[in-house]
Amino acid sequence: MRERVTVTHPSRLRPRMRPASLTHEIDEQTELGEVYISSLIRSQLRLALAVLTVALGVLAALPLVFRVFPEITAISVLGITLPWLILGVVVYPAFLGAAWFYASNAERIERDFADILNRR
Amino acid sequence: MSPTIGMAAILVTAVATILVGIVGIRAARTTSDFYVASRTVTPFWNASAIGGEYLSAASFLGVAGLVLAYGADMLWFPVGYTAGYLVLLVLVAAPLRRSGAYTLPDFAEARLESLPARRTASVLVVTIGWLYLLPQFQAAGLTVRTVTGAPQWLGPVLVAVVVLVGVLSGGMRSITFVQAFQYWLKLTALALPAIFIVLVWQSQGTPTINQDGPPVFAADTSVEIATSVSVAVQEPLEVWAEGIVNGEPVDGALRLGPGSHTLTTGTEVTFPAGALIPHADSLTPLAGDDWLLPLRAASEHPLYSTYSLILALFFGTMGLPHVLVRFYTNPDGRAARRTTVAVLGLLGLFYLLPTIYGAIGRIYTPELLLTGRTDAVVLLLPGRLIDGMAGDALTALVTAGAFAAFLSTSSGLTISVAGVLSQDLIGRRVRNPVRAFRLSALLALVVPITLALSSPSLGIADVVGLAFAVAASSFCPLLVLGIWWRRLTDAGAIAGLVTGGGLSTLAVLGTILWSPQSGWWGPLLAQPAAWTMPLAFLAMVGVSLATPRRIAAGVTRTMIRLHTPESVDLNRGDWDPEDRWRSRT
Repeated sequence: MRERVTVTHPSRLRPRMRPASLTHEIDEQTELGEVYISSLIRSQLRLALAVLTVALGVLAALPLVFRVFPEITAISVLGITLPWLILGVVVYPAFLGAAWFYASNAERIERDFADILNRR
Repeated sequence: MSPTIGMAAILVTAVATILVGIVGIRAARTTSDFYVASRTVTPFWNASAIGGEYLSAASFLGVAGLVLAYGADMLWFPVGYTAGYLVLLVLVAAPLRRSGAYTLPDFAEARLESLPARRTASVLVVTIGWLYLLPQFQAAGLTVRTVTGAPQWLGPVLVAVVVLVGVLSGGMRSITFVQAFQYWLKLTALALPAIFIVLVWQSQGTPTINQDGPPVFAADTSVEIATSVSVAVQEPLEVWAEGIVNGEPVDGALRLGPGSHTLTTGTEVTFPAGALIPHADSLTPLAGDDWLLPLRAASEHPLYSTYSLILALFFGTMGLPHVLVRFYTNPDGRAARRTTVAVLGLLGLFYLLPTIYGAIGRIYTPELLLTGRTDAVVLLLPGRLIDGMAGDALTALVTAGAFAAFLSTSSGLTISVAGVLSQDLIGRRVRNPVRAFRLSALLALVVPITLALSSPSLGIADVVGLAFAVAASSFCPLLVLGIWWRRLTDAGAIAGLVTGGGLSTLAVLGTILWSPQSGWWGPLLAQPAAWTMPLAFLAMVGVSLATPRRIAAGVTRTMIRLHTPESVDLNRGDWDPEDRWRSRT
């Protein structure tokens, strides 16, 4: 008695075997998974360094500016001299702005990452 | 201001804190409750709690005192305390929360998979914790004495007892809402009197804060010396004194020639209007434009000192032992970020205030330059400017706020230090974990309190600045490289922690014990971060590159854990900091 075997071309009936999901690639630490993780880390680091460079750079330049152009320190606004106004008041809302900018962008990067993973 | 009202304010704060601690024991049943009781807390309340724990004596009293004595350059202290959270936000907040670590040693162990790295981190947590506790106790002594006239040791002992009762009864820190309440108490306690102070100052025609010459007494002023002090007199002074001056009993008119004079405890000295204020030998206050403008300090190399301080404060915040634990109460990495943004808002709001006290104190409490107790300006100013009941009430309010500042920060630090001592250092010798923790809490308090009572009184914000320098030179490289650089090895981390932490601790000891005055040694030791922090980074990177075989086996999994959003379903490894407690019980 012979066995009957149905032979069909696989692609005709259903799509080829689905590629492993991206989360699986990441869990198994395949090269592809590595690429996705590394690019996530790199974009987060780029954002972090950009925010730090701008915020701390401006701040760190202040002592130098005060040193090189002492006449700036004598300017007074609303009866408060400029160094006191900048270091005592203006920096705080500026910090908050920088923090808000960073947080919203970091969340966007994570959303994009999650979208890519969930799409496949 | 009568001593009773001050004492009442202190006692009410103390009793309320103990009561809350006792109630908290019922709320916190498991270790996880103890730390995480508040997983459902919103970023706003979490941020208030972080602010409540972070705003210490240095912020509440120290900043105003420094501004009073040294002016514009000191504004970097509050700016740095706040900027530290911006650095923490962008470099570590979310990954740290995702790591699941409760403490810095936990993080070292999880990331590097190495017990020696964990132990090195533990030693540093204890060092930084003690360095940060020391000025809290000194400030407590100052506050209690300024407000009630009680002896210097009473304040530290009172704080230590309250903290110990709170910690031993079950974890003050389990209650996020209590710490959150502390923030709003501190803000109110500083803001409300500040409004009155500014109003009174304006009603007097806004007298100029910055006189041209060196500071002088505006009116006849009599000063009672609470602690013996030696003062430097520049021009001959005719004063009226009662008590002991230069070791000799006096009662009546007295002429003080140029030079140094010792005023003994209990002496009352009355200065005539217009007299130059002699300043305590321990201070070199600035005057005129030197006070008003940045980088005019009499010390050598003010530019180096300013930059080194900035560096220490910006990068030290993330390495403070009591800061990290608070982040665990966020439900996920995204909430940790949002919390940090809110923290930046709350700190900014608070730090607008100390400058007002420091600047206006320049006019109304000039005698603090004489006694050297400039840190007391926040406590004295409300009573000085506002008479009667209102003045008393406002003084009671700032006193309660100051006391809340010592209690919340000290208890947070004590728990962090005691936790590390009991888990990693004492725990191996004492079997019973509960007894180990109690013993550790006691030890965590006894060492800094002994130092506070025996060491010379250093500026509160100065010593706190040193704690930041040690943190910036040890935990900052560990966290930044650990999170962003997968080639960091345990050998590299230990080398960096020992180099940076060791050198900066030596510099701190050098400043406290030796305090060189001239040349480059002074600024290099007083503000070590500018050279110890780069050295720590170099050591970590260099040794890690030389030991590539020691890269942690699970580093890829750990990186996935640190950086991927929780919304994605991934295998993040099974490391859990609570395993340590489970295996012990």
